[in-house]
Amino acid sequence: MTSEELLQIAEEANADREASDFEVNVCVALGCLSQHSDKLKDTLTAEAAAASPRTGKRCHVRGTGCMGLCAAGPLVRVGSAADAGAQTLYAGVREGDVKALIESLGGKPVERLTAHLDQYFRGQIPIVLENSGYIDPEKIDEYIGRDGYQALIKALTEMSPQTVIEQISKSGLRGRGGGGYPTGLKWSTVAKAVGAQKYVICNADEGDPGAFMDRSVLESDPQRVIEGMAIAGYAVGASKGYIYVRAEYPLAVTRMTSSLRDARRRGLLGNNICGTTFAFDIEIRLGAGAFVCGEETALIASIEGLRGQPRPRPPYPAVSGLWGSPTLINNVETFANVAPIIRKGAEWYASIGTEKSKGTKVFALTGKITNTGLVEIPMGMPLREIIFGIGGGVPNGRKFKAVQTGGPSGGCIPEEHLDLPISYEALIDVGSMMGSGGMIVMDDTSCMVNVARFFMEFCMTESCGKCIPCRAGTAQMYQLLTKICDGKASHADLDLLIDLCDVVKNTSLCGLGMTAPNPVLSTLRYFKHEYMEHIDHQHCRAGVCACGSKPLSELSQAEVPA
Amino acid sequence: MSAPVDVKTLVIDGVNVSGSAGQTVLEVARENNISIPTLCHLDGLSEVGACRMCLVEVKNSPKLFPSCVLKVEEGMEVTTASDRLKHYRQTILELFFAERNHICSVCVANGHCELQSTAQSQGLTHVRLPYRNPKLDVDASHERFVLDHNRCILCTRCVRVCAEIEGAHVWDIMGRGIDSMLIADLHQPWGESSCTRCGKCVQVCPTGALSEKSKFGAEHPKHPEFLPYLNMMREGQ
Amino acid sequence: MNLAPPPLPSDDKRWKIVNGTMRRHGFARHALIETLHTVQSSFGFLDDVAIRFVAQSLHVPLSQAFGVATFYNHFSLKPAGKHTCTICLGTACYIKGADRLMAEAEKRLKIKAGHTTPDGNISLMTARCVGACGRAPVILEDSELLGLVEPGVMLEQLERWAAHD
Repeated sequence: MTSEELLQIAEEANADREASDFEVNVCVALGCLSQHSDKLKDTLTAEAAAASPRTGKRCHVRGTGCMGLCAAGPLVRVGSAADAGAQTLYAGVREGDVKALIESLGGKPVERLTAHLDQYFRGQIPIVLENSGYIDPEKIDEYIGRDGYQALIKALTEMSPQTVIEQISKSGLRGRGGGGYPTGLKWSTVAKAVGAQKYVICNADEGDPGAFMDRSVLESDPQRVIEGMAIAGYAVGASKGYIYVRAEYPLAVTRMTSSLRDARRRGLLGNNICGTTFAFDIEIRLGAGAFVCGEETALIASIEGLRGQPRPRPPYPAVSGLWGSPTLINNVETFANVAPIIRKGAEWYASIGTEKSKGTKVFALTGKITNTGLVEIPMGMPLREIIFGIGGGVPNGRKFKAVQTGGPSGGCIPEEHLDLPISYEALIDVGSMMGSGGMIVMDDTSCMVNVARFFMEFCMTESCGKCIPCRAGTAQMYQLLTKICDGKASHADLDLLIDLCDVVKNTSLCGLGMTAPNPVLSTLRYFKHEYMEHIDHQHCRAGVCACGSKPLSELSQAEVPA
Repeated sequence: MSAPVDVKTLVIDGVNVSGSAGQTVLEVARENNISIPTLCHLDGLSEVGACRMCLVEVKNSPKLFPSCVLKVEEGMEVTTASDRLKHYRQTILELFFAERNHICSVCVANGHCELQSTAQSQGLTHVRLPYRNPKLDVDASHERFVLDHNRCILCTRCVRVCAEIEGAHVWDIMGRGIDSMLIADLHQPWGESSCTRCGKCVQVCPTGALSEKSKFGAEHPKHPEFLPYLNMMREGQ
Repeated sequence: MNLAPPPLPSDDKRWKIVNGTMRRHGFARHALIETLHTVQSSFGFLDDVAIRFVAQSLHVPLSQAFGVATFYNHFSLKPAGKHTCTICLGTACYIKGADRLMAEAEKRLKIKAGHTTPDGNISLMTARCVGACGRAPVILEDSELLGLVEPGVMLEQLERWAAHD
């Protein structure tokens, strides 16, 4: 495929698109699918076809990826095919609404279904999600119609691998899987490493509970990930890629499988890609349910067919990874940023965000918040704007207590830090971390000790068991936290817990153990009074722990546990 | 004829030492009579870096490194003993003692146990953590040996010696996290497994988890020192 | 080393599917997890016969294969019930009351999470996050995802399953 051929496909795809007067885009990603949006799509198709002879209007009904606001599903966006930007978003569309919806095409929107979500989309900058909800994820030509694969062709025909890496470095892109390691630096280490065979691995084993941006990208715009990986393969000199996807994401696996086939058919994977000597192909590997496989060396062990246990680094995978070969590992969102950077240039990307954290970040906004769903915001946006602006604040008149970021490796951020502009460094400064992008809002019905215990249980059951601090330390910490929740702990127990946090954090073999104490440390930092209430007064102010809660009058008399 | 050796000079605990490229900090330290405690490491087996006893500080790095896999580098400054390391090592030992059941007085390995001797050398006087006492099985199905899971510290020396030296790979670990467990073949009784009865695993076990039947305490010294010799003879071939 | 591959454990056609996966990967050792996935999806669980067959076909030590099979959550050594109710225990679901769903389900079925009712009808499982956090709390009824679940809705389904016994 040449650049001209690609443009021709794009033109044809867009002409096809504009041949319809109207389009009806139905979200068929997991969230809306759970509300039977696939059946809704069939009904809409039938209704549009039935209405067409009468109205004389041609209408294309399309199943698309995620439109962001999962809680308001099923979501349907309708309007003129020529102007996607001016389409109307409908929320909570049911079978019974189909007739009215099709009737309204070209006229006044159906008011009762219209989602009034200006606030939700205000301030969002879609880069990773630019195609989500706009294309049929199973049609490669629709991706090409929206500038897809231009970046790969540009890289292969106009840029040297070195220039590609320079662009990625200059863009300031950092690993979106959590650690925030500079992507360009990682690429150049693998490019420089000596090895006849090199590998590119896409980590799609999204293990952080409460994060689903990678699933959404894989389901909504799979070609974007493939293009990013191919560009990476060219840049570092790899001919083989693996996508390591969670088995819990069957829809993502299906879509990715068919997308790889389509990319091969179009000559965008395989030998002599775009008429050059570059060869690259990708295989899918199924994750089998182990959070620790988010750890690079554990993921590699898993692809090799072994127990997903990490090994000490160095050597780093960039030098000695899969089967001992230099290996580049990035996560889904990182690869999803690559094509736009190459297409639009590093300067454009670097113009978004803060000094050290460039570009955008996709967050999964969930928990006790009005607008739950996916948001893509520029780095540097204050947490308050995300939660109270885009997210619409805490529902049911409850009071905001904390926002949890970074999954089991992260921490809970209280009200006082909400004006913090989002960046890798700022989140670490307040005792949390970026992580893969879960953002879980908690109100006053959540007990922070219980939350810490929840995460410790997670780490305990996900510990691979290789090193003793993580294996036995998480179990001991979980036991201590349970004791506190039950109102049976002493001050000595709390001291022991704090000591174990320090030991496990500093002596564990891999990131899972090193960060397992974080939820405890951050809740201790901001909500120590809740720990003390459990210990001193057997009182859980949220009323969720086994120790029960007490009326204020009782608490005022200083009770000292025996 | 030997190839020219790439010599690295470094400082360990204030002492100027040298080693060849590719050597680990642990090797060079021991050559210079600087002792670093270890449990999962054993000369002659591959390294796993799992017991965390041999962690050391390296100047200008906030992270600690397992010296068994840390390669020597020119100009490196290593600290193997500090108050911080001492505290970490003691706490890790506490975690080991509290994880299963390690009552020395009733253990076959009493007096010949590396967990016991390491605790003594590291000055561990008491365990602050509650003992978990999971009440695990004792497998006495083998005609010559016994496996007591309650004494196992999951160092995987037995797994490695069986796979790497004996070439049988009868042992492995099943499950994960705190539920990890040593298994023979498909989690079968040891006596019904494909064990070659070579006994190497018993010799390398640091605790009383693997022992010879009808031997106790002083009768039961272990001899893991055959390993480097065995490797040397094989490489010489 | 050229060991003859072991014979298929039985004339059950599903072994051919399992063999197909291994053949596609050239009977390489690293195909162990991919092959166990095939066994899991074809048979619903991994028993000793299956693990032994796969291990011997791929020349993987038995203990290593068993170690892998028991390391990952997705593989199960026991057959599941006729129906499976999976409750997601991810963070978003936990914040939105998944623990209450779990307590109700355990009470109704009189079994703990991870177990199957004695009649083999219903298995109660947990998930570590199915990625549908926007609709938390979520459960999977067999493989169908349900969002914003109230305990009553879940219990009704459990009753329906119990009635069809």
